[in-house]
Amino acid sequence: MHKLASPPHFYQIAPRMVPWFVVPGLLLIAYGSYAGLFLAPPDYQQGDAFRIIYVHVPSAYLSISAYMVMAISAGIGLIWRMKLAHAVAAGAAPLGAWFTFLALITGSIWGRPMWGTWWEWGDPRLMSELLMLFLYFGYMALRAAIDDPAKADKASAVLALVGAVNVPIIHFSVEWWSSLHQGPTLIREGGPAIDTNMLYPLLAMILGFTLVFAALLLRRVRSEVLYRERRTHWVKEMILSAEGRR
Amino acid sequence: MDGMSMGEYGPYVWTSFALTALVLLICDWRARWRQRQVYRDIEVRIKALEDEH
Repeated sequence: MHKLASPPHFYQIAPRMVPWFVVPGLLLIAYGSYAGLFLAPPDYQQGDAFRIIYVHVPSAYLSISAYMVMAISAGIGLIWRMKLAHAVAAGAAPLGAWFTFLALITGSIWGRPMWGTWWEWGDPRLMSELLMLFLYFGYMALRAAIDDPAKADKASAVLALVGAVNVPIIHFSVEWWSSLHQGPTLIREGGPAIDTNMLYPLLAMILGFTLVFAALLLRRVRSEVLYRERRTHWVKEMILSAEGRR
Repeated sequence: MDGMSMGEYGPYVWTSFALTALVLLICDWRARWRQRQVYRDIEVRIKALEDEH
């Protein structure tokens, strides 16, 4: 574990790990998309519009998961002063922001035919998800605004940890308050509320998105590690030896 | 072709899937671009330092 947390070691092994996530991830997304679009039956109330869940739910799931990765890594970096943990948090933030943006956009596209509106100000699920997007933006802006990397790590870690209070609010918002958004479909008492013909492609999409996210995160963290270690001896040696091989 | 039309909801469904594919491609491109950019900056800095000496 200690070796994996070493920046030079992580930098070397990350590209070898990426294909192990990308290949099964893309295969699962291909299966989930085909089965979700063409094999799953239309919903008895929403018709074919329900098929948007196959991209909306994985995006929403990842928007929260990426935040948890960011907050937990930031916490580890803050408490144990592990450099790689701060790099993971910094790498997860832009990906989380993209998936949150995607969850909001696909939710809005779904809302238009189902609710008759693109957006509903005041809806607890929509607003808490929008708040998550602003938390990602705030985290990235705070990092960019502080020149000293150690201070940037600390300040952004505190923001990430404070913002984590929004995670359970997003999840339970449809239960705690009245919302246009439907209640939990997968994680609920009594098991998932959808037919297995609809459920399996959705689970494949969620797992596929998660694997692709992991691959993207490895790439992001790798470049973050390189940037942070740019003045170290091992980076200089690596670049000089790569030039020597050319 | 019937399966492609998605009833009356085709534009909503296909737009959502197209946007998702686009975002995944952007995320991949940005990750590669950032790696190249950082690597090149370090290369330039190392060369500048070696030229100084």
